[in-house]
This record gives sequence, structure tokens and C-alpha cells, in this order.
Amino acid sequence: MNFNSELKKGNFMITECDRCKKIVWPSSIFCNQCFNETRWRKSSGVGKVIEFSKKDDKWFCLAEIEDSIKIIGQIDFGTPKVGDKIHIVKCGVNIGNMHVKMEIF
Amino acid sequence: MPKVAIVGYGLTKFSKEDIEIENVLMNSTRDLFKNSPNLQQKDIDAVLVSTNNNSKYLSAILSEMSGIQPRIAHSIESLCNSGTNSIVSGYSYICSGLVDLVLISGAERYDSPGQVLEWDQLRGEFKHPIFWASIFSKSYKRKYSVTEEDLALVSVKNHKQSKKNPNALPQKSISLEDVLNSKKLTADLRLLDCSRPCTGGASILLASEKVYKNFTDVPVWISGIGQKTTSASFTKNLMFDEMESTKQAATRAFHMSKRSQNDIDVMELHDAFSVCEPMALESLGFASAGKGMELVKEEILCQSSKINPRGGLIGTGHPLGATGIAQTIEIVQQLEHKAEKRQVDNPLTGLVHNMSAGATSSTVLVLER
Repeated sequence: MNFNSELKKGNFMITECDRCKKIVWPSSIFCNQCFNETRWRKSSGVGKVIEFSKKDDKWFCLAEIEDSIKIIGQIDFGTPKVGDKIHIVKCGVNIGNMHVKMEIF
Repeated sequence: MPKVAIVGYGLTKFSKEDIEIENVLMNSTRDLFKNSPNLQQKDIDAVLVSTNNNSKYLSAILSEMSGIQPRIAHSIESLCNSGTNSIVSGYSYICSGLVDLVLISGAERYDSPGQVLEWDQLRGEFKHPIFWASIFSKSYKRKYSVTEEDLALVSVKNHKQSKKNPNALPQKSISLEDVLNSKKLTADLRLLDCSRPCTGGASILLASEKVYKNFTDVPVWISGIGQKTTSASFTKNLMFDEMESTKQAATRAFHMSKRSQNDIDVMELHDAFSVCEPMALESLGFASAGKGMELVKEEILCQSSKINPRGGLIGTGHPLGATGIAQTIEIVQQLEHKAEKRQVDNPLTGLVHNMSAGATSSTVLVLER
């Protein structure tokens, strides 16, 4: 398993170190603190808006997922505000890049 | 600690020309030799090449093309601060006693692969630098009530200053309206807020205390170095309205040089995008948080060119691997009083700020006569 192969299937996976009790991000097979092997799990995909801007008519948003990891994704509906709660509704790979769609809720 | 002097330099004109990377390296090296009449190929102990170009073995190739047979030769890549990373490496080789004279040549082509960091998948399809710049701009504007018009002044100032720089990318004069009416790349960034990728080269010669007199009567000393890399991924920044790596690099550089912000007479800052200049001024300690634009406006009002006299990256162009070296050369020329129309009034101490990948890495150098 790796991040991209699962992402292609629409699964947003993260790696966690059981020893350090922390998410290792970007995903990696080893913990960046103790070098222990990490464990894969599916992310809840729930987070909040840290920052946002707009390209053409589409919002892109820097979001913090699970109070821990920050990613940039796209928001199709609504106008984001800093602190808004979001969740990942779709993810995949688009022309070799991670593609994440988020919705405000 | 042993001292290291900058004793020579060479530059190419920055352009959009399609020139082989080897020849870009060669052009500034040739200019360096032309500017250094006492320098012979056999004097050079180490050749370091700074570039993001994918070609291999470029330091050996440049050495071969220049008739140099160095003891140490290799390339150094660190995206946009490759240039100052190379200077720090050259400095270290001299301080270690391994060598006395180091040639450092930086070069990039307009189509450099270093403009996008493939590793940074956390940005998804928003990998282009305009997206981190948009996040920085949005965050900075909101937190400090800075406007798009305020940030546009950085671009106007640096384009104006670059008109006095014969090596800058050619351009027309730029007004505030030009910036505000330029193409909207995102809601928070316009085309003229951005530095432009280009083809360019810059070379510099570092010397030990033992040999510097062979090449110059007016050495410029590297008195302070600070470097910090916080991560490789833009989204790992903890704040988006300041540059943490720059803060830490500046603290180290000032400590090492035993100088403070008050001692700096002239500086080249890494204004890859207009927001970067006020943010860098704050993170370097020249202005308090949110007050960087006040300092920029003061400079404009006083018609001073103490900040980015060569036009910074926005005015001059940004050939990644050459940028940090070209910034350093500008400060050296200022301290030598050889900056011609760009000369600021009698500077004794200068600073270089060079950073990479959304401020995940920064280098700060303090230079003195």
C-alpha cells in the first residue's frame, strides 16, 4: 500500500506511529521521530479552513485535517471563511497530482 | 574562526534566451576572469556549481570548459536558495583549511525544472509557486490590514530600481496602475506581483585570508551566516504571515557577525512575490510584525534604494540557481562603491536574504568591508 495507490481509489490515507501516538505527514513508512514502522489508516477527512484564495472561479483552500495535517484542496460550493469546518468529499489523482475536493459543513 | 573574503565576481545579463546551461555557467565565469586580472586557472582549488538544472556533472564540465583542474568539484541544489547554499559550502571548505580559493558559479535557464517541487504533494494540484504566494498574500493582508495596492508598491519600487541594473531582464517602466491592472493569476496575486523565471548566470570567487591579497585590495568579508530549513513542504509552515526559517537564519547570522539590524546599510531580499518583501523585513527584524510595508513606503518617500537596490527578484528576474549569487554580488558591489547608478550612500555592512519553497528554507548572509 502507498498513499498514491489508495488515493487513486478515492481513499485519503494517513500514516500514524503507534509508539509516538502521532500522525506522520507527508505519509511515510517510517516515523520521522522514532523511525518505527508506521500504520496506515483512512483519515476522517474532517478539518477546518486555515486560509483560502481563488483561481478563476474556483476556491482553493489550505485546510488542517484532523487538527494535524495541512493540505490544499478545492471547494466547489459556498464561500470559505477562516475557521470553517470542512470535510473531504472526493479525492483522487489528476494528471499525476493529488486532487482533493472539500465541502464546508 | 578563519575569515573568508569575496574577491571577484562575474554576471551575465538576465534574459529569456535559449542558451545551454553549460554556456550560461561559462559566460559568468568568463566575466569573472575578465574582472580578475590576477586570477589564473591553476589558482582555483574548488569549483562549485549552483543550479536546479537536471544536467549532470556540471562542475566538472565547467572546470573542463574553463581549463581548471580543481581538487573539489560538485554541484549544489536547494531550489531557490541554491546560490547562497553554495556560498556557505565554499566558505566552509575554506574555513576547514582544505582549500584557499573557491569558484562558485550559479546558472539557470528560463525553463528550469526547479520552479515546481514534485515532492510537495500536500499542495495537490496547487504546486506552482503562485499558490503559496497567494496563501501568504491573503494571510498577510488580512492579519495586518494591508491592501493589494500596498503590496503593488513593492513591485513598482523594485521594477524602478531594476532600470538602473544593466543585467536585469529588459522591461518598460511599471506604474501602480500597471501592477493593479496586470493579469489576475488568483484573487490575491497579479502577474506583476511575481518575479519572472529567466536565463541567467552569476559567479563569485571566495578566498582565504592567506591568498585574498593576490586578487583584490578591497576584500568584502563574509562575517555572518545563518541558515535554517524547517521542512520541504509549504503546508508544514506553522504561520502563513511570517517566515520562520528566515527568523532563525537571521538570528544566527547577526549573532555570528556581532552586528545588529541597525548596522545594515544595504540589503538584497528574496522578493519572489511582492508580499515577500514586507514579510522578510519583519522576519529579519527590520520592522515589527505588520509594519514591513511602512518601511517600504518610507524608502519610496525618501527615494532610498537601501532595500533591493538591483531591483530584487521582481525587477531583475529569478534564475533560481544564480539568484543568491547575484544578490550577493550586488551587496559586494555596493560595499566596494562600484554599484554605479544604484550606489547607496557609503555602505559598510550589507545583508543578503535568499529563501526556498514558500519559506521552508532560508539563508541570511552579513557582508562587510
